[in-house]
Amino acid sequence: MREKIDVCVVGAGHAGCEAALACARLGLETIIFTVSVDSIALMPCNPNIGGSSKGHLVREIDALGGEMGKNIDKTFIQSKMLNVSKGPAVHSLRAQADKSEYTRSMRSVLENQEHLTIKQAEVCKLLWEDKNSLSGMANKKIVGLETFTGAVYECKAVILCTGTYLKARCLCGEAITYTGPNGLQAANYLTDSLLSMGIEMRRFKTGTPARMDGRSIDYSKMEEQFGDKKVIPFSFSTDPESVQIEQVSCYLTYTNEQTHEIIRNNLDRSPIYAGIIEGTGPRYCPSIEDKVVKFADKERHQVFIEPEGLHTNEMYVGGMSSSLPEDVQLAMYRTVPGLENCKIVRNAYAIEYDCINPKQLYATLRFKQIEGLYSGGQFNGSSGYEEAAAQGLIAGINAAMFILGKDELILDRSEAYIGVLIDDLVTKENFEPYRMMTSRAEYRLLLRQDNADIRLMEKGYAVGLVSKKQYDAMLFKKKMIEKEINRLKNVKIGAGKVNQEFLFRHNSASLKTGTNLAELLCRPELDYNLLSEIDVDRENLSEDVIQQVEIEIKYEGYIERQLRQVEQFKKMEQKKLPDDIDYEKISSLRLEARQKLISFHPISVGQASRISGVSPADISVLLVYLEQYNHRGRGEK
Amino acid sequence: MESKLGTIAAIATSLHNSSIGIIRVSGGEAVSIVDRIFVNKRYIHILKDMKSHTIHYGYIVENGHEIIDEVMVSYMKAPKSFTAEDTVEINCHGGVLVMQRILELVIKNGARLAEPGEFTKRAFLNGRIDLSKAEAVMDIISSKNKLALQSSVKQLQGAVYDKITDIRKIMIHEIAFIESALDDPEHISLDGYSNLLGEKVDGLLKEIKRLLNTTENGKIIKEGIRAVIVGKPNAGKSTLLNVLSGEERAIVTTIPGTTRDILEEDVYLDGINLHIIDTAGIRQTTDIVEKIGVEKAIKYASEADLIIYVVDSSICLDENDVQIMKMIKDKKCIILFNKSDLENQVSINELKNKTGHDHKIIKISAKDHTGIDQFKEIVKSMFFKGDISFNDELMITNMRHKSLLEEVEESLDQVKRSLDLNMPEDFYTIDLMNAYRSLGKIVGEEVEEDLVNEIFSKFCMGK
Repeated sequence: MREKIDVCVVGAGHAGCEAALACARLGLETIIFTVSVDSIALMPCNPNIGGSSKGHLVREIDALGGEMGKNIDKTFIQSKMLNVSKGPAVHSLRAQADKSEYTRSMRSVLENQEHLTIKQAEVCKLLWEDKNSLSGMANKKIVGLETFTGAVYECKAVILCTGTYLKARCLCGEAITYTGPNGLQAANYLTDSLLSMGIEMRRFKTGTPARMDGRSIDYSKMEEQFGDKKVIPFSFSTDPESVQIEQVSCYLTYTNEQTHEIIRNNLDRSPIYAGIIEGTGPRYCPSIEDKVVKFADKERHQVFIEPEGLHTNEMYVGGMSSSLPEDVQLAMYRTVPGLENCKIVRNAYAIEYDCINPKQLYATLRFKQIEGLYSGGQFNGSSGYEEAAAQGLIAGINAAMFILGKDELILDRSEAYIGVLIDDLVTKENFEPYRMMTSRAEYRLLLRQDNADIRLMEKGYAVGLVSKKQYDAMLFKKKMIEKEINRLKNVKIGAGKVNQEFLFRHNSASLKTGTNLAELLCRPELDYNLLSEIDVDRENLSEDVIQQVEIEIKYEGYIERQLRQVEQFKKMEQKKLPDDIDYEKISSLRLEARQKLISFHPISVGQASRISGVSPADISVLLVYLEQYNHRGRGEK
Repeated sequence: MESKLGTIAAIATSLHNSSIGIIRVSGGEAVSIVDRIFVNKRYIHILKDMKSHTIHYGYIVENGHEIIDEVMVSYMKAPKSFTAEDTVEINCHGGVLVMQRILELVIKNGARLAEPGEFTKRAFLNGRIDLSKAEAVMDIISSKNKLALQSSVKQLQGAVYDKITDIRKIMIHEIAFIESALDDPEHISLDGYSNLLGEKVDGLLKEIKRLLNTTENGKIIKEGIRAVIVGKPNAGKSTLLNVLSGEERAIVTTIPGTTRDILEEDVYLDGINLHIIDTAGIRQTTDIVEKIGVEKAIKYASEADLIIYVVDSSICLDENDVQIMKMIKDKKCIILFNKSDLENQVSINELKNKTGHDHKIIKISAKDHTGIDQFKEIVKSMFFKGDISFNDELMITNMRHKSLLEEVEESLDQVKRSLDLNMPEDFYTIDLMNAYRSLGKIVGEEVEEDLVNEIFSKFCMGK
């Protein structure tokens, strides 16, 4: 059987869904492969979307025209804005999802998407041709793929979003099964095909805690955790009224010395400590055995009991992922207050899988050596639903741009968390599954979740995933913000009696001379709404406009400082390094720098400067080389 | 386009072999920066109104009136200069201290210390150097940087290096704590942390200020001319040291010797930093402790830029003097004919014949302070003629460290301001991280993964 199509997406997890939707929405005939149609957009680990810095990613995905934000707005059962007591840059949304609803809803979006076909099949082989490289490093070109049944799909681009399925192996103590997450079928053939194309593979590991029968849990021994009174949606296109729903609670409890003792006594039965696991696990979501060993002085660890959905009794035990054997798991969980009589529905397990070293990718998420081959998600060595979706979207957009002959989309570190995520993946040596963190974003004051629309919607619109109507609404909002900031800076406030009395009432220092509203707004004790009393001529503005006005004025000094840094940063990003540059011949580069540059093949001087082992002096040398190169090039033409 | 990268400054001449020094300032702000510190003899700031390729006589002044040096300033407008940027060159007297102070002033007024090879790089990037010379330009950049890096880290005194490492450890721990709380607010709380951080930052600021003071004294690295005093026991070496340092007590500091018999002092002679090392008297001995001292003296002498050989003229030359004469054979040396107030047992001629070299011999009496001025004049003239040289990278390194420490101080001050303004915690780490990065440059360490590593190793987070 042979079929012709534009794009093949391999895998229907969070990356695959975004990639496929992007391509289909841009008018390309797209097919998405999954080993099980029932597991589309599956959440095999934690039952939530968002969280610190991940919430930013979801907002950015939304501003670019992705689906994740809309889907969680439809299917959440609790929502919280994290870090509200801290600065606006680190506010982050996190919502508990009804897992099966999330999956069902996303599946329905896919099923109803024009130009998109869902296919249950295991992809075993990529089909490619050698390519005489005219430009760039590519020496191969994707022409299609083949499934387990021998069916061939000829296509122009393939997007690999295989998650944790490649040669997957699950470990629960001594019990090992060769399956993907949740007992789903693993994909055991594709790795060899990739290796034969010269792709470098590696092995990572991750894990998940047990799920309990909710009826066996005593919540009275735990602290109840509520959602926010007023819920803010993820998507800029969701009606805020539609998310004011009745929410369910999560519960907080703690491990204790008894728990730790059981773990310590059984460490020899943990596959990690017994050396059975080969893959590298993430340090940021350590198993409970890791926590007990590495943080031995901690008397207790938090455990969050979170519902998996409205129509199931299953509860997720956040904070206690493990690969200990079943009997140890049960004993250990039962030492936790409220879990004394717990019944485990699904055991905790660790999972190992094949993935790539992402330095083989450009920031477009295309393989440097292979035209038409893109990838996203855990296959690229990341971790997390949101990180996966973000990459899937970018890979999908760029595959489409390639086929349509349009400009690629690369977000840089000053534009989006997505830019930081991808730049880190393709530029740095990563030795563990990569998770987004707010500390990784050096310009985070600018990359707030509240302004993702203003930052990115224009790009989403240019690509073709954001509607004109949405884009215009954003432009209008932007104009209103600028107008209001301008007005506040120009409304004079005299040092008269009324104003002094107002300031006195709000514990704010009295005025010696006149000032303006913007100056007063900078005072920590005052805010926009309070000022309405002495700002009689103000227009009625929407809350999102007021929020932007307040942030821009209150943090102006800091924001301007980062903007200046960004200016410097952009200069180096804009100095592009030619594809055919031969680092071996630049003898003034230090040996280590030369080797790193050959191995990473950065696209700009800026990217080169972030590769570890490339010093500022090497960058100076590169700049000189580049100048000579560019002149020669021009001269010849 | 490079000029947009800021205005840079450096000492363009060798630091020691000329009586004229040139400080070169290049970039868009070059004129306005130098204009702020240069006045003509009527104390008027004239530079801004000057035509290109003119040279002007006047003074470099600090705080508007305090004269640092009498100079000639030349101005070359872009693109007709070496770098093809606006360039101002300050021709001053060649003393190290003078050049250093002028360079510091230029930097204080807005220029940045040039990276090694940066003038050449700019000249190239601005099209001033032929494209065919690219290879050579790249080589210059990489070799100059290599040298600078070598001296930078190597020259840090152990104690300073340790101090900086300690400060960095505290900083990264605090940053990691805040960041882990931001990333995992449900596991880690920042309640009441601001006060604690305020105290920590005060402590860090104190340490940084202390380090900055040591750079003022030139002690962050061992710099200057290493002058080693040798001689037989009781020749008057220690008296000489006391005389040299005592007269300049105000700007002298003492580093305790690593052994009980080596004493080090820094003495400034009109802008030249003389790092004087007093050694144990040299004689053949069977006493083990003394022997170690003697061996050390010989070793120090072999590494010295200048040897000061103190001869006791009141007793006859013996086999110990013969040994010392061997040591000074291929070295720059001044021979001090001490105790000239007593009855001489040695004559200057005898000494000249025995040493057989062109070493300067000066009659002194360390006790009566006679001949000391003449000694100083000779040291200065040897220095300016280039007879004595020393590693000038040291001074540049010191300057670089100083400006980095000032960056650290500024960043920490910014943290204090954020704390005073009651800013949310995530604002603190921005400047703390800047401070951490600047300190990293001093000890030559990249910071890339430090924060993430610290977060994961010190704070338990995650699902």
